[in-house]
Amino acid sequence: MKDTRSTGISIVLAGQAGQGVQTVETLLIKAASSAGFHVFATKEYMSRIRGGMNTTSIRIADHAVAAPVDRIDLLVALDKGARQHLALRLSDRTLALAEAQVVGREFDGSPCRFVDVPLTSIATQIGNKLFSNIVAVGAIAGLAGIDLDDVHRAVTRQFSSKDAQIVQGNLKAATAGYEFAKGLAGSHTLPRTGVDDQVKGHIVPSGGEAVGLGALAGGCNFISSYPMSPSTPVLTFLAKHGRDFGVIVEQAEDEIAAMNMAIGAWYAGARAMVTTSGGGFALMTEGLSLAGMLESPMVIHLAQRPGPATGLPTRTEQADLEMALYAGHGELPRIILAPGNLHQAFSCTQQAFALADRFQIPVFVLTDQYLIDTYYNVEPFEVPQVCPVRHVVKSAADYRRYALTEDGVSPRAVPGWGEGLVVLDSDEHDQAGHITEDQDMRVQMVHKRLHKKLPAIQAAALAPSLIGPKGHKNLIVCWGSTLEVVKEAMASLDRKDTAVLHLHQAYPLHADVAAYLGKARRTILIEGNATGQLGKVIHLATGIAIERRVLRYNGLAFSVEDVVAQLREHLA
Amino acid sequence: MSVEAFDMGKIDIAWCPGCGNFQIRKAVMAALADLALDPRQVVLVSGIGQAAKIPHYIRTHVFNGLHGRALSPATAIKAANPNLTVIAISGDGDMYGEGGNHFIHTIRRNPDITNVVHNNMVYGLTKGQASPTSPRGFKTPVQVAGVFLEPFNPLAVAIALDAGFVARAFSGDVDRTREILKQAIQHKGYALVDVFQPCVSFNKTNTFQWFKDNAYYLDESHDPTNRQAAFQKATEAGPWPLGIFYVNTDKIPFEETTGLYTQDSRPLYERDPDLGRLAALVDQFKMAT
Repeated sequence: MKDTRSTGISIVLAGQAGQGVQTVETLLIKAASSAGFHVFATKEYMSRIRGGMNTTSIRIADHAVAAPVDRIDLLVALDKGARQHLALRLSDRTLALAEAQVVGREFDGSPCRFVDVPLTSIATQIGNKLFSNIVAVGAIAGLAGIDLDDVHRAVTRQFSSKDAQIVQGNLKAATAGYEFAKGLAGSHTLPRTGVDDQVKGHIVPSGGEAVGLGALAGGCNFISSYPMSPSTPVLTFLAKHGRDFGVIVEQAEDEIAAMNMAIGAWYAGARAMVTTSGGGFALMTEGLSLAGMLESPMVIHLAQRPGPATGLPTRTEQADLEMALYAGHGELPRIILAPGNLHQAFSCTQQAFALADRFQIPVFVLTDQYLIDTYYNVEPFEVPQVCPVRHVVKSAADYRRYALTEDGVSPRAVPGWGEGLVVLDSDEHDQAGHITEDQDMRVQMVHKRLHKKLPAIQAAALAPSLIGPKGHKNLIVCWGSTLEVVKEAMASLDRKDTAVLHLHQAYPLHADVAAYLGKARRTILIEGNATGQLGKVIHLATGIAIERRVLRYNGLAFSVEDVVAQLREHLA
Repeated sequence: MSVEAFDMGKIDIAWCPGCGNFQIRKAVMAALADLALDPRQVVLVSGIGQAAKIPHYIRTHVFNGLHGRALSPATAIKAANPNLTVIAISGDGDMYGEGGNHFIHTIRRNPDITNVVHNNMVYGLTKGQASPTSPRGFKTPVQVAGVFLEPFNPLAVAIALDAGFVARAFSGDVDRTREILKQAIQHKGYALVDVFQPCVSFNKTNTFQWFKDNAYYLDESHDPTNRQAAFQKATEAGPWPLGIFYVNTDKIPFEETTGLYTQDSRPLYERDPDLGRLAALVDQFKMAT
């Protein structure tokens, strides 16, 4: 591992749900980013509203950081239990900051350097023990080298709706924490990291917000869904901004209704999506098949979490690729996108609408808890200059929804616009959309909605990203949210013979995938599941079996150290 | 518009001779014509079953979706384009069985749609099993000892949920059914019309004659704005009341609650995203400002 200066400072906040970890995190990220540090934050939490032990991992650095590390430079424990919860991540490089009055002798005998910070008594002296979290913010800022002015600005903004006395109290609390940290010396300090002027123009959205913004850029104006972790932030985001952007947002009674509503919305000319996770999507599969039969566009944001069944509701996994690929009875075309970072979360979701509308097929945006709940600073998303192409036609009197065409795509009209009638049927249908059991028509319709569309769908596949040296011998293959962690691990390994191939379209595969794989001498697959699902998709499509695999399915996202260690073994 | 505007002409209809569906089709077409609706402004939404084939036999827009799911797309179609007249029309198994959850929550959601349910108290297309409304003791190839379950009471459920318009019609009386349907379509909000209908092939109990003998129309003494009285009438079974049980005109339809149509009546297909506003929203994620 390289020195701290080059990978920044790793801070972990630990506390019970509902204890205010969120406030500390928000203020710290705001203060650090406005000071010009690159920031990164990701959380792991328990499936409960209060209590338990939740942690937020924050990185502050002088260059872009977009992946979790195991290493902890500063642990801030707001409650008992952090040592045990984080045991494997603590070392002698960890400075543990906690109130002895709260955590007792928990850190006795631990490898970390412990600092007792009397948050409660400092807060009480200022006037209210509720200020204690802000004392912690000040102390972390002091240790991490964030200017007090930046902390004050963040605090003022955070509490702008509160009365002046509360704002003043919080400012004093931040100052007191800051001064406490400044009074620490020697082994009770942290190494420093620098700032970067680039950060000033950056945005700091979460994965969920990136998907939501991408949906708006794609022209989304209808979302019906049922709340399910970790997919709900997209529903919440669109609900928050729905009125401003003319989006109908409806919480359906179940995922079955959500999917069927969204299909009805597309039929009437809306641009609709659903957001769900594996279990919810299981209920939508009948509707997915309907979208296939009706040739309805559909955008499905599927935020993965570990299964089967309820699994680990608040944890992460990449194990629903095969489900997305094979869901729905009968045979229907589909596209599966899998963004690797925030920019791709935005662009893939935007593109999902364009692809769904163009080909009249369902398009998946496959994310996961890790990506949805993670945020870091990035250059602002590029909002398109022109509105999305709407592939909707005004119908003539003799309009037939399923007119047979060369490329299988029939002009899509909507009811109420034009002279024609728009007839859809979940039964096999003729060109006009009416029920038929005619076998020739059946075969023609299968060709139309499946075979004829496939060449263009294939041609539109997003090319994978090849990152690393030209003339490489080894190829690391990954997809979806593992992009940045694999990139950082490879940068750290610094090998001239190894490149990374990342797929943000998992199906159908771009032709380059087979080409790159064919050229590599040794290939290693990295996936967040137990069976190597992308590997199976690749094998099926290209005949190439990737035998070396790095798989993780403990519910947590890959860390840089883990990827480094496992790749080192495979590359040895 | 004349009834002919809704006529598909010479088509093959997949119903059994003498099926009550024919009269319901007649009544729906007549009601649409009476209301001077243009077929191009009407969407019939159905699920699966013999009744669910009706949209194919009336000249309108058609969304014939999945079994039990008609109300969900119907809700969304109306929300995406409130200028359309949307009728979700299907059978008792479809609406009350497979789609039972959607039935409950669509009433709560209150979209401005009409929900017509062909209620023949039996599953026809799958050959004669019990439906949610089959009477106790009704014997079928599956319920060999007779139906044991309490029959589903759609009207009582709808009134309990304060549905804005709740009525029951009888397919054997096309004229009265047509009048009830007209009022239901004109009602602003969710309207339920449960239509008693004989199944000539699989229900030898609830025949045309049985309905004639066991149903009567509510008279002027019934006040449809009285929810308690409506509920009481809905729980009557044998003889079964017909007519408009309950009306509540104070409810706001779902699509109006979205707020999207108060300033702008354009349906969603005519709208483009506000990209300037989106760029400003992206900027709000700048923390360093």
